[in-house]
Amino acid sequence: MTLNRNLGLCLAFLALTALYALPAIAPRAMVQDLFGILTLLVLAMNWNLLAGFAGLVSVGQQAFVGIGAYAMFAAIILAGLDPLVGVLIGGIAAALFAVPMAFFAFRLNGAYFAIGTWVVADIARLAISQWKALGGGTGTSLPKGTAKEMAFVDQIKELLDVSSAAAADALTYWLMLSLAVGVLIASYVFLRSRMGLGLQAIRDNENAARSVGVDPVKLKALVFLLTAFGTGLCGALAFIQITRVTPDAAFSVIDWTAFVIFITVIGGIGTLPGPIVGVAVFYLLQRLLADYGTIYLIVLGCLGIAVMLFARRGLWGLFIDRTGIDLLPLTHRPPRMVASRPAAHRRSA
Amino acid sequence: MAILSLQSVSKSFGALKVTDDVSFDLNAGEALGIIGPNGAGKSTLFNLITGNIQPDRGRVLIDGQDVTRLPPMDRVRAGIGRSFQIPQPFGHLSVYENLLVAARFGGEIPASEAPGFCMDILSRTGLATVAEKPSGGLPLLQRKRLELARAMATRPRVILLDEIAGGLTDAECVELVATIRSIHAEGTAIIWIEHVLHALNSVVERLMVLNFGRMLMIGQPDQVMASPEVREIYLGIEA
Repeated sequence: MTLNRNLGLCLAFLALTALYALPAIAPRAMVQDLFGILTLLVLAMNWNLLAGFAGLVSVGQQAFVGIGAYAMFAAIILAGLDPLVGVLIGGIAAALFAVPMAFFAFRLNGAYFAIGTWVVADIARLAISQWKALGGGTGTSLPKGTAKEMAFVDQIKELLDVSSAAAADALTYWLMLSLAVGVLIASYVFLRSRMGLGLQAIRDNENAARSVGVDPVKLKALVFLLTAFGTGLCGALAFIQITRVTPDAAFSVIDWTAFVIFITVIGGIGTLPGPIVGVAVFYLLQRLLADYGTIYLIVLGCLGIAVMLFARRGLWGLFIDRTGIDLLPLTHRPPRMVASRPAAHRRSA
Repeated sequence: MAILSLQSVSKSFGALKVTDDVSFDLNAGEALGIIGPNGAGKSTLFNLITGNIQPDRGRVLIDGQDVTRLPPMDRVRAGIGRSFQIPQPFGHLSVYENLLVAARFGGEIPASEAPGFCMDILSRTGLATVAEKPSGGLPLLQRKRLELARAMATRPRVILLDEIAGGLTDAECVELVATIRSIHAEGTAIIWIEHVLHALNSVVERLMVLNFGRMLMIGQPDQVMASPEVREIYLGIEA
């Protein structure tokens, strides 16, 4: 098992090195393609943390993408800030929006929670479309040359000897890759911690969790805010490359939530590598079936149903069941020997 | 001083009064049994003690401190542990992890001490051999044991057992009673709702009878069981 783990870590390190080196060796179109994949991966990892580990099946994650994107546009257009500062503001704005959203949504459970979050996201879309300074319902574009004038673009341009546009693409790609790696590591550390254990207990049985001292509201609210921040950052970063924002695009339930749910479910909901596997499968299907129009969506739907029926833990879960190899195990293994009674079984009065 | 006190606690769901002016004290280290017909309000009484349900009237005190408005999580840390009538394991977590959650949150045990502490409880409750198994797939006896073990991992001073012997064979029941006796012998107070009277009476020092939410009688088990009123209501034996 240790050998498998070390081999896995070596492979992951090599893959990561290759991914970071990509803008220096690959054509710009490939970097842009991978940026799109990484965007979906970050969104899927955030949604997986929320639904797979906290039991909060949100269908309103597009609200945080939209809020993040619009906050970033506002920071650039209205406040004249650097886009990278705008991205950070996008993340913070999404987390702030999550506070009143949680206040409303946490009164609901299960399917009602899912519908409730969707409704809140749509309300946010309608409200944003009234923001005339950012183009109202028709949206707005980034001022010409904004991406090229971002911090660090000149240095990257010199380093890679490429155009300003390619350097801007490389910068946003590296930031999205770093965000994906950051979310993966943070998720692993969090889920292995005391709070992560409590979160999984809440997912399995909230009433029983409460009866052993876990505070469900506090833990779920924390995860909701953290994933809102991650999703907001991702949304803001994604729209730097898109360069144009409209309420319909920024708050699209299909692009930012439905595909993300599909990726997580087929990859393996409730497992950390699941979204990585899911996004790879999604990308392959997109490539293979791009010319077949609606058949593409039918195949996606059929695959999702098949996985839900025959491999409920997704492709990664299937792989673990068949091979016993888990590269990012979250289980706490019991110690082999009981040496002594380290703590009193009854607390003192 | 009583470790746990209920003072005139009442609770209604609509027009139905499920707990009606119930008062009693539980002393440190004491074992109290609760019996009554189905629907008498026994499990509701547990939910009122643990804070899963708020009373309409009355007070709940732990060590003389009013905890009536405290949420369940704070009452666990004050020393109230419980098992559920229908086992409620954290199904995707292993048996060991079920205890780890209880030990780290309710028991407030540091990370370095928690593994040994949990394994010790698993050994005592006969679950050490299935420590790594997913708790969702356990058979009934082991689920019942897990309920008890998980409550123990919160380091309770009062442990509430809700029909923990229900559905077990006689042999399984004897094993479970031995474990409960050992917990009691260490000084943990117990309140035990049970229909398996021979098991209950082999552990408890006092017995309370509930009927339609009201406390009908409380006293020594043999005195309570000899009461004609109790025999008629609970056992259906006419005096």
